[in-house]
Amino acid sequence: MRQNVLRPGLLVDINDLPLNRVEDLPEGGLRIGALARMSDVAQAAGVVQRFPVISQALLLGASAQLRNMASMGGNLCQRVRCSYFRDATSPCNKRDPGSGCAALDGFNRGHAILGTSDKCIATHPSDVAVALVAMDAVVHTRGPADDRAIPIEEFFLLPGDTPEREHPLEHGELIVAIEVPATPTARLSIYLKFRDRESYEFALVSVAAAVRIQDGAIADVRLALGGVGTKPWRARRAEASLVGKLAGEASFAEAAGQELAAAKPRPLNAFKVELAQRAIIRALMTLTNGDTR
Amino acid sequence: MDGEIAALPAERGPSAQAVTLTINGEPRPLRIEPRVSLLDALREHLGLTGSKKGCDQGTCGACTVWVDGRRALACLTLAVTCEGHEVTTIEGLSAGGELHPMQAAFIDKDAFQCGYCTPGQIMSAVALLDEGHAADDGQIREWMSGNICRCAAYPNIRAAIRAVRDAAGGE
Ligand SMILES: Cc1cc2nc3c(=O)[nH]c(=O)nc-3n(C[C@H](O)[C@H](O)[C@H](O)COP(=O)(O)OP(=O)(O)OC[C@H]3O[C@@H](n4cnc5c(N)ncnc54)[C@H](O)[C@@H]3O)c2cc1C
Ligand code: SF4
Ligand code: FES
Ligand code: FES
Repeated sequence: MRQNVLRPGLLVDINDLPLNRVEDLPEGGLRIGALARMSDVAQAAGVVQRFPVISQALLLGASAQLRNMASMGGNLCQRVRCSYFRDATSPCNKRDPGSGCAALDGFNRGHAILGTSDKCIATHPSDVAVALVAMDAVVHTRGPADDRAIPIEEFFLLPGDTPEREHPLEHGELIVAIEVPATPTARLSIYLKFRDRESYEFALVSVAAAVRIQDGAIADVRLALGGVGTKPWRARRAEASLVGKLAGEASFAEAAGQELAAAKPRPLNAFKVELAQRAIIRALMTLTNGDTR
Repeated sequence: MDGEIAALPAERGPSAQAVTLTINGEPRPLRIEPRVSLLDALREHLGLTGSKKGCDQGTCGACTVWVDGRRALACLTLAVTCEGHEVTTIEGLSAGGELHPMQAAFIDKDAFQCGYCTPGQIMSAVALLDEGHAADDGQIREWMSGNICRCAAYPNIRAAIRAVRDAAGGE
């Protein structure tokens, strides 16, 4: 707003709405109010114990000050960090539909390799959204007409021909809560984030992973990637490749390769393919080392 | 839709509005346009220039204050949203002319060069100890990463934080 990227005619302060609770649901799931702050969600007991991946993703995002301020709903709706979007002058289909995309042949080191279109290649910047996508969260909204429950994978839209549209919210529709269904798989979960600085930086590549091993084989697995997709990227091909396999570096590498086969890298971000491959393997190795029962 | 919203009595602006903030325990009435940040309200309207403006976009931490006791960035906070909340700035840290132990430790450990980031560092550092996030240097580094120091006084900043932590009986 301050840089004239957005010029809203009216701002509504929703901060005092009673939507800041983090509740444990009876069956073991979570209901996170849209105005719950990142810092509070990260340290809520039910999140730390049952969904470590969500807590870790939050704590690896932004800074302590920002996490105290930022709401979960706002985090999901945050705008892309593409510098051409934010400079308010370059051609950018997201900011100014039809004007072109300066990133396609510009400085695109941070941009996406999955889910891109020839209209926009901006990476979705959120960390916690990656964890929530892995956990099959549901976004609950309230609009002027009705209430909706939107599976989180459908909440984030691919750019396609309409990169200006990032989520399906209608005018006047608010996120009220994010629900995370119970799953025993989440207890063994992790969020790994690779970036240019050790702290206080957006991801080049991140991985949210959870796995449940039974009799040495993978019974259930959740994988999602950040930093590489135009939306928080659920790695369904990799998951499908892993179920039933023996946990180990070979099956992990095979799965990662299948997911990244669809990657469309550009010269400056081609390194992300290899980095994502290794990140997936590292995350799964970390989770299964010492626990391959 | 617009007409409906416009009819709500709570709409304020775009002209200057009467707003009362509670800063360092005192009510401070002022007239500001609703888009004014807390940082500009403090510095330009209330003469509290201790909080610094480094980037004005949430990346440097020089503007760190507390809102209801939690550290927050004044540059990314609209002042009007602080009505009914307690804002504490670096000016409110010392009591009765005595420096806060963290302020004294920053001087003692030479934890700054130019000093521009220092008020934000100190507001963050005191909150860090309250939060219990200063167990070791790794934790201090991670939880202070929202406060950038252009002069890279980081080792001495950590020394000051350790000194206050240890004087208070450790974590
Ligand atoms: C320097 C910096 C570094 C950062 N690093 C990271 C990082 O590493 N990882 C990460 O994940 N994030 C990072 N962030 C992003 C930060 O987490 C977001 O700024 C924050 O999540 C936005 O939350 P907010 O509550 O302030 O939302 P706002 O900025 O107030 O809102 C963002 C958007 O969401 C809309 N919105 C807000 N709430 C709702 C709701 N309930 N329903 C519908 N729409 C809503 C608003 O209208 C607005 O369009 C960083 C930000 C900064 C400034
Ligand atoms: S990548 Fe997307 S956000 Fe960036 S310039 Fe292109 S259209 Fe705009
Ligand atoms: S001035 Fe607020 S973070 Fe830099
Ligand atoms: S002392 Fe100069 S910026 Fe920190």
